[in-house]
Amino acid sequence: MTAVSGAWHWLTTAAHWTGPDGVTHRLAEHLYFSGVALGLAVLLALPVAVALGHAGRGGTLAFALAAAGRAVPTFAVLTLLLVQLGSGSDWPVIIALVLFAVPPMLANTWVGMREVDRDVVEAARGMGMTGGQLLLRIELPLAMPLIWTGVRSAAVQVVATATLAAMAGFGGLGRIITAGFSRQVTAEVLAGAVLVAALALLVEGACAGVQRLVDPGGRPRARSAGDGPRDRARTTPGDRSSAPGPEEVPQR
Amino acid sequence: MAEYPELLEFPRFWQSRPLRQPGRSCLTENSWICGKYLRVYRQELTGSLVQHLWITATAVAIGLVVALPLALLARRVRSLAGPVLAVTTVLYTIPSLAMFSLLLPFWGISAALVVTGLVLYSLTILVRNTLAGLRAVPAEAVESAKALGYGPGRLLCTVELPLALPAVMAGLRLATVSTVALTTVGAIIGYGGLGNLLLDGINRDFKAQVLAATVLCVLLALAADAALAVVQWLLTPWVRRGRVAVRVRRRRGPRNPASGSGKRQAAPS
Repeated sequence: MTAVSGAWHWLTTAAHWTGPDGVTHRLAEHLYFSGVALGLAVLLALPVAVALGHAGRGGTLAFALAAAGRAVPTFAVLTLLLVQLGSGSDWPVIIALVLFAVPPMLANTWVGMREVDRDVVEAARGMGMTGGQLLLRIELPLAMPLIWTGVRSAAVQVVATATLAAMAGFGGLGRIITAGFSRQVTAEVLAGAVLVAALALLVEGACAGVQRLVDPGGRPRARSAGDGPRDRARTTPGDRSSAPGPEEVPQR
Repeated sequence: MAEYPELLEFPRFWQSRPLRQPGRSCLTENSWICGKYLRVYRQELTGSLVQHLWITATAVAIGLVVALPLALLARRVRSLAGPVLAVTTVLYTIPSLAMFSLLLPFWGISAALVVTGLVLYSLTILVRNTLAGLRAVPAEAVESAKALGYGPGRLLCTVELPLALPAVMAGLRLATVSTVALTTVGAIIGYGGLGNLLLDGINRDFKAQVLAATVLCVLLALAADAALAVVQWLLTPWVRRGRVAVRVRRRRGPRNPASGSGKRQAAPS
């Protein structure tokens, strides 16, 4: 397995970790893209989804967006944005990532808000709670696990999708892979792939850990929208035709 | 071998000085929408579309052929269900660019590499849905068939698989739509179907080409989904008529008021 030993050798060469093309810098770029995009997506998607869920409207919109996100290739969106905006700024990458992070958050949060037990809502209303109190004291806390599932799946997806930025000439860890292809160095391609895959699995694992902390004794919860190849918009709990939805499969 | 260009360094002629010739057209002006592009580049478009189609179709077909036995095995041997689902889920987590790269030592630069990567992705959805569908087959139906003297093979083929079919087809549709989108990433080694046009469009800063490839890609996904929906409709006549459908549907019916659409499928119980 010369390929594996080559990749190992590449990874253990100190020179490959420093400088503007080094792993450290590429990782920083990767996390920068992902972090900014995720933050923007949270700011954009959560308030809208909470409001829509509270009002019980817009479900069709949320699911239609989720379905559309699956059918439109991320790479195509990135390409469209790049050709329109030029490669001078990082905006094409960030906007593309935001566009793909919003649908799962929107759908999960919406479902989370709607899945709050109607009896509990009725009881709260009966106790004389106002709409605002209902939202803050009943609906949001009860919807929290699913909201977090949405954020988590978006986070994992964004980190994975950020890899594609390199195909459009931007930075990030994917750049190691594309540079390897352009130089025709299999070891470099493999090393980059290992790093990207490791980061994706790490983020997935970390998110699962945080979710367990946030919702320790919670009811068994599906990974729902959380399990997909990270560079496509994927299954949302509302779309049961795909992977099992929220309450349907115990976690792992 | 397809060489990957360093894109940032690529000179951007079109942006700096747009050509304004006497015989100018939407091609020389680099417009987003350009009918002339569709005519002049018809061959490239058709070629890419055909490549996209066969890569997607091959991947999903192989995925289905591999997923069915895996799902059956996972159902038969209970201790295997966890590991099978876990492995396919981990595979699903790996970003596509990395997946294709990891397969490079096995296949070299070839269409087989892209197809293999896509098969691995489709497995997750297909195994999961098939397993869910099989598990949601009503116990009474199985018991009745057994009481009528059905052997395991006949039971599977004439009772369980047909009843699991809606779930399998739902998985197939989802896998197909996802695969159509993911195929574009294969452009990294020149086997990305319409993705090749996208990458080429970046290099040449060619708006009409990028838009055309994107639109074709989305249309392809929608068309494939619609075609599979028709196949499902044709394959499951009992869902359309008769009381069986009502019973089956109620059994698998929504517990969740949030989504009661027809696309909803069996919940693994």
